[in-house]
Amino acid sequence: MSDAVAAAGAPAHVEHAGHEEPGFLRTYIFSTDHKMIGRQFLFLGLFMMVLGGLFALLVRWELAWPETAVPGFGWVPEPYMFGGIIPPDFYNSLFTMHATLMIFFVIMPILVGCFGNFLIPLMIGARDMAFPVLNMLSFWVGALAGVIMLSSFLVQGGAAAAGWTSYAPLAAQPIYTGVNWGQNLWCISLIILGISSLMGSINYITTIINMRAPGMTLFRLPLVIWSLFIVAILLLLALPVLTSALAMLLFDRTLGTSFFLPAGGGEPLLWQHLFWFFGHPEVYILILPAMGIASDILSTFARKPIFGYRSMAYAMIAIAFLSWIVWGHHMFVSGMNPALGTSFMLSTMVIAVPSAIKTFNWLGTLWGGKIRFTVPMLHALAFVSMFVIGGLSGIFMASTPVDIFIHDTYYIVAHIHYVVFGGSVFGIFAAITYWFPKLFGRMMNEALGKVHWLLSFIAFNCTFFPMHILGVGGHMRRIYNPTQYQFLLPLQPINVFITLSALLLGLSQLIFVVNFFASLFGWNAGWFRSGARVLAAAVAGYFPVGYLGRSSALAWGLFAVIFAAVFWFLRGMDAFGATASRNPWNANTLEWQADSPPPHGNWGPTLPTVYRGPYEYSSPEVPEDYLPQARRLAGAAAPAH
Amino acid sequence: MLRWLPEDVSTYGPEVDRLFYIIYYLTGVVFILVAACLVYFLVRYRHREGDGRRATYTHGSTTLEIVWTVIPSLILVVLFFMSRVTWARIKEAVPPAAVTVQLTAKQFNWEMVYPGPDGKFDTADDLKIDNELHVPVNQNVHVILQSRDVIHSFYLPNLRLRQDVVPGRQIVAWFNATAPGKYEIPCSQLCGFGHSGMRGWLFVHTPEDYRRWVEEHWPAPAASSPPPSKS
Repeated sequence: MSDAVAAAGAPAHVEHAGHEEPGFLRTYIFSTDHKMIGRQFLFLGLFMMVLGGLFALLVRWELAWPETAVPGFGWVPEPYMFGGIIPPDFYNSLFTMHATLMIFFVIMPILVGCFGNFLIPLMIGARDMAFPVLNMLSFWVGALAGVIMLSSFLVQGGAAAAGWTSYAPLAAQPIYTGVNWGQNLWCISLIILGISSLMGSINYITTIINMRAPGMTLFRLPLVIWSLFIVAILLLLALPVLTSALAMLLFDRTLGTSFFLPAGGGEPLLWQHLFWFFGHPEVYILILPAMGIASDILSTFARKPIFGYRSMAYAMIAIAFLSWIVWGHHMFVSGMNPALGTSFMLSTMVIAVPSAIKTFNWLGTLWGGKIRFTVPMLHALAFVSMFVIGGLSGIFMASTPVDIFIHDTYYIVAHIHYVVFGGSVFGIFAAITYWFPKLFGRMMNEALGKVHWLLSFIAFNCTFFPMHILGVGGHMRRIYNPTQYQFLLPLQPINVFITLSALLLGLSQLIFVVNFFASLFGWNAGWFRSGARVLAAAVAGYFPVGYLGRSSALAWGLFAVIFAAVFWFLRGMDAFGATASRNPWNANTLEWQADSPPPHGNWGPTLPTVYRGPYEYSSPEVPEDYLPQARRLAGAAAPAH
Repeated sequence: MLRWLPEDVSTYGPEVDRLFYIIYYLTGVVFILVAACLVYFLVRYRHREGDGRRATYTHGSTTLEIVWTVIPSLILVVLFFMSRVTWARIKEAVPPAAVTVQLTAKQFNWEMVYPGPDGKFDTADDLKIDNELHVPVNQNVHVILQSRDVIHSFYLPNLRLRQDVVPGRQIVAWFNATAPGKYEIPCSQLCGFGHSGMRGWLFVHTPEDYRRWVEEHWPAPAASSPPPSKS
């Protein structure tokens, strides 16, 4: 990576230094600055997370107390809800849109859209992405896709209701679901979102290959950049398959074709093959950035190099390669040739190995460390432990005979939520709490963050672990009323427990919302600070009441105890939104050498030069326990990693 | 956790459950070891003010990498070979049937068609019964699965059997029930707004009861004990 090429990277931004300040629109709305675009993706994702979470809570309400009115939802008009009661077709839309929003409009925008955009130029020492205007377009095209997706609720027939997996023929003919334009808009939205992601992928790959600062070799890249690089390639290759499948589905629905309709000579299983050929790389797209984030955060707060850096990078590459040949494990009982079940089982067993390697390397990173339990570290540790559970539960599904039994049961639901919530969402919390100072120039409140973490961790496990039990009992997915089945009646109390836990999990997120916005805007009025403490303590204290009921004296006794404990714990909490220094975590990677937040163009007149890898913590070369990548040591040549 | 498994009344059920238990103990042990390591490391290597300790500066260990790559790989490959045998037995090596029933799934119920004493479908003595699958105990049963509209899924929890039912093709699934009883047949693949509650019943009869059921539905003018229908 020659200096000349690096210097030629983005000269336009350096020259901007003398121009007039761009107006509000160009700064906040139509910005081509990767940092602002990253923030835009973050807000899009967080907004959609609230909606997606709300849909999940409605689904959970129905499962625990079927055909009862949801409190506070009487205002929802027919035919969506009837006096607060969810009908079966709207229920199908709710879980469909829950998954669609969470996967496509929460995890991808936040992990790939926000942190990809924000971190890549900063961590490689570039001034911006290779194609800033394309970058801006990728956000607005993505936002358009979001608007289209949400608008699908408003058309006659309602929103898509065939599951996020949208199997044909159910999804291929309006008559089968009763949903007409809602499903079409679902297809169109995802096609458009695919375009947004493809634009992003092109940008990420080009930028990482071409715009690294002098000395930043590939094996000096932080693992989060490795993960985003690999994810960009996966997206580039997988999305066209999804887009094609969606187009074919749309044509079957609207133009009278028969790609998936047997009456016209089509093949229903073709949809599944196409969808899962995209779908399996997609789930690794969802988890890989969180793995990269966890690696960086664990290393930073254990004050130790990541254990086995090259193995970690190679493991991610192996996962990416293998992810193309395992898709059939979603289709073991689909009716495809059973011989394929055997071959896909083998590849699925094999893909577990690189994930296992990464887990052991994370443990190795902690061994012998000097561990600080900051909020980002807590979330990263939650990521590792919850991902282990999610990964281990996957082994049951990999074994085809066992999968015959647990396929399409709540065992699968447990697995997916342990990896996407326990994995990706805790990864998101880790990333937000870690890079908040760099994103917004302010610190999030540490004490409040710890309360949010603990409540989320407990409620998360109480919500999703029992789902394994439901699955073992044979409880199917996507059913509206479990009490319709005799063999499920003994499991119903577990459904109630799960719903109560889910409600508590939802409540706990209020604490994060308060922390996020209060820190962003520096709200420190006395009444507000007290109110925040009361909210956090009340949510924590509500846990026993949620489970034992409002008429239980014991519950209220416990409420009082927990309330007092949390209120006391928060007594010395810092001000919201304290100004962040350049490097509040004493971390090594390049972004911490820029201001918080970095100015347009990220670095001053000269780009940083990289002398070492990203994980030189507790290095014997210096007395401090960190050694930034761009710090030049007197008399030392740049050592090879 | 596995005590929640529904009662197993299938000839291949014990094999499936055995794999379930093996994986359960295997993953259980791995989880406990990993969690114990994690907790131990977090406690032992936490930062304590003023102890002057510095973290151990190491970049890894190639030996350890090899060890923890090879061991999981071996375990998983063994698991593969064990699973493969059972899978072939259930899905590939379909044994000859003593009883055959055609199951047509539609939004939102199951239609069972019995071939009758002549053992052939599409003949005069075929009988269609909605949502009821009657079979004798300890006999191989074939179900010929087809769909009128969308993909459904034939799920017999107590028989450890599941097979998606795909329109445009016929799929043969088989089972052999080891105990009489009445078991639910839920649909196990989202098939529309009536998916929840789409459910049939499997009746596994003792030989005597089965004979009685056949006689009741195909009153035999001459035969004293009509043979079970053969495909």
